Amino acid sequence: MDLSFTPQHQKFRADVNAFIATAIPPDIRAKAEVDAGFDMPEIMRWHKILYQRGWVAPHWPEAHGGPGLDPTSRFILSEELEMAGAPSLSPFGITMVGPLLIEFGSDEQKKRFLPPILSGEEVWCQGYSEPNAGSDLASLRTRADIVDGGEGDGDFVVTGQKTWTTYAQYADWIFCLVRTDSSGKKQDGISFLLIDMKSPGIEVKPMLTLGGTEAFCETFFDSVRVPRANLVGPLHGGWTLAKALLGHERTAIAAVGMSQRMLRRVKRIAGYTVHRGVPLIENAEFRARIARAEIRLRALQMANYRTVAGAQLGRAPGPESSILKIRGTELHQEISELTMDVIGHNSLSWFNDGDVVPAIEAWVPQSFNYLRAATVYGGSNEIQRNVIAKNILGLPMR
Amino acid sequence: MNFDLSDDQKLLVETAASFAKKESPIDRMRRLRDDPIGYEPAMWRHMGELGWLGIPFPDSVGGYGGRFIDAALLIEQLGATLVPEPYIPSVILAGMAIERAGDDQQKKRWLVPMIEGKTAMALAYAERHSRYDVLDVATRAERKGATWSISGEKVFVLGGHNADHLVVSAGVAEAGPGGIGLFVVARDTAGLTVDPIATMDGRRAAMIRLDGATVGEDCALGEPGAAGPALEDVMDLASAAACAEGLGIARTVLAMTVEYLKTREQFGAKIGSFQALQHRAVDMFIEVELCHSTVIYAGLAIDDPDRDERQAAVSAAKVQLCQGGRFVVRQGIQLHGGIGCTDEHDVGLYFKRMQVLGALFGDEVYHTERFSRLSSFTADIADASKAAEQAANSQRVSAAGE
Ligand SMILES: Cc1cc2nc3c(=O)[nH]c(=O)nc-3n(C[C@H](O)[C@H](O)[C@H](O)COP(=O)(O)OP(=O)(O)OC[C@H]3O[C@@H](n4cnc5c(N)ncnc54)[C@H](O)[C@@H]3O)c2cc1C
Repeated sequence: MDLSFTPQHQKFRADVNAFIATAIPPDIRAKAEVDAGFDMPEIMRWHKILYQRGWVAPHWPEAHGGPGLDPTSRFILSEELEMAGAPSLSPFGITMVGPLLIEFGSDEQKKRFLPPILSGEEVWCQGYSEPNAGSDLASLRTRADIVDGGEGDGDFVVTGQKTWTTYAQYADWIFCLVRTDSSGKKQDGISFLLIDMKSPGIEVKPMLTLGGTEAFCETFFDSVRVPRANLVGPLHGGWTLAKALLGHERTAIAAVGMSQRMLRRVKRIAGYTVHRGVPLIENAEFRARIARAEIRLRALQMANYRTVAGAQLGRAPGPESSILKIRGTELHQEISELTMDVIGHNSLSWFNDGDVVPAIEAWVPQSFNYLRAATVYGGSNEIQRNVIAKNILGLPMR
Repeated sequence: MNFDLSDDQKLLVETAASFAKKESPIDRMRRLRDDPIGYEPAMWRHMGELGWLGIPFPDSVGGYGGRFIDAALLIEQLGATLVPEPYIPSVILAGMAIERAGDDQQKKRWLVPMIEGKTAMALAYAERHSRYDVLDVATRAERKGATWSISGEKVFVLGGHNADHLVVSAGVAEAGPGGIGLFVVARDTAGLTVDPIATMDGRRAAMIRLDGATVGEDCALGEPGAAGPALEDVMDLASAAACAEGLGIARTVLAMTVEYLKTREQFGAKIGSFQALQHRAVDMFIEVELCHSTVIYAGLAIDDPDRDERQAAVSAAKVQLCQGGRFVVRQGIQLHGGIGCTDEHDVGLYFKRMQVLGALFGDEVYHTERFSRLSSFTADIADASKAAEQAANSQRVSAAGE
């Protein structure tokens, strides 16, 4: 048993940091320094810089353009990027549909779609959720009818509505779960389609999130024609793919580096904010709350390390990994709540209207608000608990 | 980074688990609650024969030469059935105090028989006023010719009721203010009064008085008056050990609670099918996993030469134990309902031991505060001047286009 990183991994960490030190453009760095939120054009600029370095999709196999990093190096890369406050990349191409195509796609699909995902030429979004299908995703109703003379192998015509589609307004493509059969069990009639966002019949209506930006959309489909070639996996076989994707999603989601960065920020603020001649960090209650959050962070970090060390040995994620999403997102919220308390009246500010608060505090209210979503998306924390109860604890279901 | 057990460690864990199950099931602890010693000296010797009492000590004194983490692995297994032998009091507290503060001769003299299970020891460090500050010592040791005369009171000396030797902390005036010495005091020393008491967790301890108890020069561990840092390190070892035992307890209580949820029926259904209880059980599981992670962290980091690194890991683990570990045993009782509230059910035994482990060697408040004073925590605050500058310069970051 050993806590330390190997010399090779330490060197890799140094390489990553050296890269970060020069690669982040000045305007993005200025925003990173004050933990500002990034908009989609900024995210895609950073995507292209990482692409040049070959680090845009650390977990992709080399054959498809991945950098061939081992799990520990991948972890180090994402940790350092998070710690540096670099924009986090849009996950829909790189983390979601890309790996899915690598696993289930046809050769033509791989050739057509993977390179522009890597290069950032094509931006993707995820069309799963519907107004009446969220946690219970399999009850989705967006319909894809097959248009042909009865052979069953023609194109699709898609009609329905997706919702909460993150950054659909910027997307070139959307991957969707659609209903191709409603006769049997609801899971058995779902297919996985790739749809060009420029297709006639698609309408995107951006919506404000609590964070005050248009980070997600309603996406409407009115008789949208989708070529047969854009079906991934077997017809009616989409549910298997959807479940595989959930597995891809889980690994990155604890975002311990982000918590670490948020903690550093709150400590700084509590260090310079003086009340009655004493910095807030010396206020016993605040100090203890911050310390407890950092202790929780360390515990989570160790659980994360255990997962990484297991992956390094080629093992499937152990039980400890199932807690990462739940605790990681709870911790993000806890620290953001704490930061709001620490900045006091400044927490009333909104987009720093009137330039009334220090730059380092300017984004605190936005991120606090946006982070409410962290325990909802990616499988809500209640659903995560259901899954652990069933699969790990083996509790009886009703 | 590697968290796999070595073959030796696997063997140790397997042996200890099977020992706990077969030779010292929870019923044994339950039975020994009413015993004036609270454990069996014959079993202690048996543990000595198994080599367990020497795990954290170097080969030169008959130890296993193992790292602390090996002892932690053993302690975790002993926690699963609440094995009542005084492993933490004798091996970790008194034994490691001698190991850290004593000279070679002293180590041989007291550690060898203890490692064989022929003797048991205890560390008398706590005083009524001192709470968790082991350096706040009112007991005094004075040099009288070739001897030391010790006077003072010690409270809740774990395992002190049946210890052959007590390692006693005392202020040493000649070493200047804050000078602390550790002295080995044999049980039959004149001027030493040992009053056995029962503790909440069904174990035994002692309240101790020293009225000019006199020991030879060779009973002062190391340089008289310079034992403070060693004593603090021993407290960290004991904290990490408590966390390991607590992990064994938490795991056991989770397993027994999940089992109960799968068998107990109400409203015509297994209670484990009620989602409120499922989610509670998942929260228990999460805390067990975090206890596990922090025990590994503390158990490995405790050998770090950097004191702040060591202490950060130990304090994190101890806070996790006090919050998460205690959550598990409390919910363990809740999910058992009425039967969980009886003395007859084992869950209460685990609950009490967990409560005690949390209160020993620094509680949640103590370790949270200490954690926040370590350089690992304060480094970011020291940046404050830079942050203030940044704040003052307050360049507006445009929100336009968001
Ligand atoms: C910011 C944000 C971005 C998103 N981006 C996308 C995207 O890009 N693409 C996409 O497809 N979707 C996206 N989503 C949707 C997200 O995946 C869903 O919101 C999520 O799956 C929950 O579904 P729902 O909103 O319908 O809530 P519901 O499923 O209606 O849940 C409401 C509440 O009930 C609880 N609940 C539901 N079922 C159970 C159960 N069985 N047991 C216990 N509790 C239960 C939930 O945990 C929740 O607390 C996004 C959501 C947010 C907030």
